[in-house]
Amino acid sequence: MCLAIPARVVDINGNKAKVDFGEGIIREVDVTLVNVKVGEYVLVHAGYAIQVLSPDEAEETIKLWNELLEFEKQQPKMR
Amino acid sequence: MSIMKLKFRDSTLAKKVIDKINDTSRELGYVKICHVCGTHEWAITHYGIRSLLPKNVDVIAGPGCPVCVTPASEIDESIKLAENGAVIACYGDMLRVPGSHGSLLDAKAEGADIRVVYSVSDVVKMARQEPNREFVFFAIGFETTAPSTAIEVLRGPPKNLSFLVSHRLIPPAMELLVGIGDLHIDGFIAPGHVSTIIGLKPYEIFPRAYRMPTVVAGFEPLDILFAIYMILRQIKRGEARLENEYMRVVSWDGNIKAQEFMNKAYNVVDGNWRGLGKLPLSALRLSEKYSKFDAREKFGVKVEEGKDIHPGCQCHLIMIGKIKPPECPLYMRACTPQRPIGACMVSMEGTCRIWAKHQIKNYEI
Repeated sequence: MCLAIPARVVDINGNKAKVDFGEGIIREVDVTLVNVKVGEYVLVHAGYAIQVLSPDEAEETIKLWNELLEFEKQQPKMR
Repeated sequence: MSIMKLKFRDSTLAKKVIDKINDTSRELGYVKICHVCGTHEWAITHYGIRSLLPKNVDVIAGPGCPVCVTPASEIDESIKLAENGAVIACYGDMLRVPGSHGSLLDAKAEGADIRVVYSVSDVVKMARQEPNREFVFFAIGFETTAPSTAIEVLRGPPKNLSFLVSHRLIPPAMELLVGIGDLHIDGFIAPGHVSTIIGLKPYEIFPRAYRMPTVVAGFEPLDILFAIYMILRQIKRGEARLENEYMRVVSWDGNIKAQEFMNKAYNVVDGNWRGLGKLPLSALRLSEKYSKFDAREKFGVKVEEGKDIHPGCQCHLIMIGKIKPPECPLYMRACTPQRPIGACMVSMEGTCRIWAKHQIKNYEI
């Protein structure tokens, strides 16, 4: 139910936008809840975009993961 | 984006974080981590995450399936409205969930007009196309879904459309879990897409008041593994903090616009959850200003107290993670995805259904 799927915005018309879920699946979704531009990615839940996804923030996650892995390395191991 | 996706499924990273989980949990004793999201349960089961964890770390599923927690009485309301001639539009999973005397699918078989929709916007279109029929949207779902209903209510729906609002809120359900003494949860994985809307703020109470490590997590297998590691790390250090693993989507404040829509459209009220009883301030109802769109008021629906749990069904224990599906005597015997008895076997996000679809017959921690 709380499944949300990323899609790329290809056209915006007022509070509706055409988005591409990949492999040619284009659907109209409501973008009232987000400020988004053509070309950006949104997270779509039940026909409504609930968040804008930016590649920078995706990079941040990878960075966080690597930091988490690195951090403990510097600590003396407790065994 | 596809390259990014590969990084999110990087097996080298997965091996490293599993090593960390093993190292960190070695001296911790038994640790029970609880998530509250059907999509998390699907990912955990589908990617076999439990099998990757050390013996002393268990992950349990809380009441994170919105279809499952919708009480029988509210399904009875929808069936009553359908019997009185309204078209009931609902999300697909709702169709087969048992009410007190049958499901919406049973009502459909008897001639009621029940339509499955992907989105509330589909119902608005239908109602405009058929102005002579009364439409009722059966609005279920948590904070992720509630804003979309609110948008259509505030936008001014067609006169022949009203809403049977049955939305529920996740933080009160988490408070219920903390309060169940013999559940002994050691940490929460908070749901990523609910948090996209409500932000991190509402979870602050869990580390502060209950000393419960709480990590908001995404839905890639690595997101979940890292969230587990972050919780274990807090436990090992004797900390209880709120952390955000899903920072690419979730912020401290959440989606303010969505919250504004919800605040305008709804009042927060006490609500029944299937098998869990009445939880304070856990449900949404349309506010007075929009009561003319409230199907309960428009049609004066009254139903008796519902029958939530059928004899032998353990859904009420499954939904708080007290037992795992194979511990229910009906699981994969009398209750199967083809002939479900309890709500947890009906919904795609129900724990029993997910386990059954992955053919899990036994589970030992």
